[in-house]
Amino acid sequence: MARAATTADAFNAVAEPRRREILDVLAGGERTVSELVELLELAQPHVSRHLRVLREVGAVEVRDAGRQRVYRLQPQALKPIHDWVSGYADLWADRFDLLDGVLGDIQDQESGH
Amino acid sequence: MAQAGGRTMDVTFPSDVEILITRTVDAPPHLVFKAWTTPELVLRWWPGRRGEMTVAEMDFRVGGRWRYVMLAHGEAEVAFHGTYREIEPDARIVHTEVMEFPGMAQDGEDGAVVNTVPFAPADDGAATRVSIRTHAGSREVRDMIAQSGMEGGVREQFEIIGEIAASLT
Repeated sequence: MARAATTADAFNAVAEPRRREILDVLAGGERTVSELVELLELAQPHVSRHLRVLREVGAVEVRDAGRQRVYRLQPQALKPIHDWVSGYADLWADRFDLLDGVLGDIQDQESGH
Repeated sequence: MAQAGGRTMDVTFPSDVEILITRTVDAPPHLVFKAWTTPELVLRWWPGRRGEMTVAEMDFRVGGRWRYVMLAHGEAEVAFHGTYREIEPDARIVHTEVMEFPGMAQDGEDGAVVNTVPFAPADDGAATRVSIRTHAGSREVRDMIAQSGMEGGVREQFEIIGEIAASLT
């Protein structure tokens, strides 16, 4: 999954498992870099690199608070993913629900009642 | 995450142009394969809850074509078509899929995604782990799909974070 940061977009940002973890943590509220390092048990340079990618695609925003840099989620940047996922996932959830019924019927037929 | 009959559907992103949906169903692989490849059975589940499916044409062989037409609730017809690329009976299907737009040829493959669907035995063969790996081919196609507004319903954008987190197991 190693890609140049310059090619990143919102999907790329979310396709990387560690970045998903960061987004998940930030979904619970804003965090400093050192808090993220501790929570994710990941070295600071790695956390900083992931945060840079997330900033480039607009998925997180940073502000200075004294000597600390505080990161916050910007969920609207994830809208394209939301649209893609909601289209497929909702549809497939419904399809599987209906498929369960179809499978029940043909299983009955096969067992000859 | 969607729950149904105690079964959980997982959604993950193997890469930035793919979605992987996984769900276990309570029937052996040969029956799931049958439900997937028999037109009169496909009619019953493929449209989900979005409308009535009116056409399920399947030339089910490698290189053969398929075309599905659905009548969305009180609206126009929506049609999809594609080509079967790989078929392993009771085990795996690989096919292209493209949503038709007005004026498009019924055999066009521009903007097609590739779906890879393995049916893996689970619970000693009594159940089947079904995966649908949809590869958009390029970011352009992926964005087109995202923007086509597949009417997933209006949900808070925050929910995506929860879904992503839930899929991380």
